[in-house]
Amino acid sequence: MAAFTQATAPDFLSRYGRRRWTVIPATYLVAIVGCGLTIVPLLFVVVDGFRTNGDINNSPAGWPHPWVAGNYTSILTSAPFWQFLGNSVLISAVATTLTLVLGSMAALALSQYEFKGREFFYTVFVSGFLFPIGVGALPLYLLLQRLGLLDNQFGVAIPEAAFALPITMIILRPFLRAIPGELRDAAMVDGASRFRFFVQILIPLAKPALITVGLLAFVTSWNQYLLPLLVLQTSSHFTLPLGTYTFQTQYSQNDAGIMAFTALAMVPALGAFVFAQRYLVAGASGAVKG
Amino acid sequence: MSRSTALNAGLGPAATEDSVAAGPLRRPQWRGPKLRKKTELTILLAPGLILFVGFVLIPIGIAAYYSLFNWSGYGPLNDYIGFKNYSYAFKDPAFIQSIEHTLYLTVASVAIQGPLAIAIALLLNRKFFGRTFLRTVVFAPYVLPPAVTGVMWSLILQPGGFADQVFKAFGLGGLVQLWLANVHVVLFTVFAVLTWQYLGFGIVVLLAGLQGIPTELKQAAAIDGASPWQVTRRITLPLLAPTMRIWGFITVIGSLQVFDVIWILTQGGPAGSSSTISTYMVLEGVDSTDFGFAAAIAVILFAFCFVFALIYQRYALRRDTRGALTRAVG
Repeated sequence: MAAFTQATAPDFLSRYGRRRWTVIPATYLVAIVGCGLTIVPLLFVVVDGFRTNGDINNSPAGWPHPWVAGNYTSILTSAPFWQFLGNSVLISAVATTLTLVLGSMAALALSQYEFKGREFFYTVFVSGFLFPIGVGALPLYLLLQRLGLLDNQFGVAIPEAAFALPITMIILRPFLRAIPGELRDAAMVDGASRFRFFVQILIPLAKPALITVGLLAFVTSWNQYLLPLLVLQTSSHFTLPLGTYTFQTQYSQNDAGIMAFTALAMVPALGAFVFAQRYLVAGASGAVKG
Repeated sequence: MSRSTALNAGLGPAATEDSVAAGPLRRPQWRGPKLRKKTELTILLAPGLILFVGFVLIPIGIAAYYSLFNWSGYGPLNDYIGFKNYSYAFKDPAFIQSIEHTLYLTVASVAIQGPLAIAIALLLNRKFFGRTFLRTVVFAPYVLPPAVTGVMWSLILQPGGFADQVFKAFGLGGLVQLWLANVHVVLFTVFAVLTWQYLGFGIVVLLAGLQGIPTELKQAAAIDGASPWQVTRRITLPLLAPTMRIWGFITVIGSLQVFDVIWILTQGGPAGSSSTISTYMVLEGVDSTDFGFAAAIAVILFAFCFVFALIYQRYALRRDTRGALTRAVG
């Protein structure tokens, strides 16, 4: 450490100096180990999906011998997988839309208006952050029964949107408040109505935060397990996580089939993530600059 | 037009006489009848509020009410038993055990995942070949459904399965355990799987926090002769503290409520050795159709979260709630 202390100042300005030779190898070591620990289990599931059950029993950690695509094709050509996928897409899309629309409306009310009780309403929303969906799950079940939403995809999506509102408010309200008041003044002086100011100026400016909030709501809904488990009863209404676990318990002897199903169940989440990662990281890293 | 008003007009919006009189600090407001403001507010606020109150607060309120009854979930709600569900819960050693497990997992999550995530985030917060790829990979487990992760790990960890073979391949065959069936090991296994799933979240949140720290500060310190370690210790970490506090809050609340992964790996077993408050609630309440009891457990779980949040708010978050929240996730 001390050896390169003095050389550091100019090096720091050129960004990489001698530091590079001490820190970069450590970075790569951590990078490789981290990558390995993350990817190997995922690869294992994908690769084992190409094996036969006999092959897996013979050598649990070996490469497929021979490679068979039958596990994947039989899942992809049967109805349940696509039903689960469709249900997951429907539920997550409805939950995300509801969260975004109602959440941003409420955040506008709590950030752009001065009124008595504003902080109270904000606290009410934020307090929801403490409620696990598990606490409300049972009465929610009875409520949905009364509303005729039991075993219905909307019966999952609507409560999920409600439970996503706290984090939405926590992110959106400070973001909207941080937008300089001068913009508001300028819009007003130029004769824009309040509504027009919201729609044409605030919402576009809040896009990074809205994307973050939307992604969070989508991922949370997509990954939700307990609520669909309680609310959905017919297997044709199941979501992908619920369906995966059901598949595992139903075909507990068919390891290769479970592997293939699990691998396929990961594809949408990982695919969407690779596509949206740019937004997620951009959103997370100080969107206020936007 | 006199000279002074012309000057005022040149200065911008505060051109009319009365807004000048109102003082330069007061922002102009949209004018309109009060009724209109109220209508706008109602239209904006009511839908979200109704959704939230109807599907979050009321069900939880009802849960608190049901917890005072002996009720199977069907039939009339008429067997009022006061706080018996609660006293029964606290007399049940299995419940006490599930609280202990939950607390272990929570403390371990903060004490082990925290420093690990900070260290990795610090290492990754520099330009190097493959950084974007690595960031993607590290964050990936977080977006996988916990239920799917659970199924995956239960396959990997089955006796004689992939995990065991990997240990043997590295000459560590002696360490092989019945990962999910040994009552002394299963909690560690569960924690390892949880770390696999959630470490990436911490890393990405902290990386975002690190990127919010102006490089000028670090450069200035470096020019003043600070070593890289001093820069990290005296500048980077203190400025990262708000992000860390928020990460800690999310992690603790999440750990107290952990359910999915454990439910699929072990259902809290064997013999309750990996139970948490949530798995106990589902096992003893929902699956045994003792809904009043399940509601009591739910209320206790909420109390844990609430007490923690109050303490945390009082001692850790108070300084920077708003700023940190926006910096961490928005």
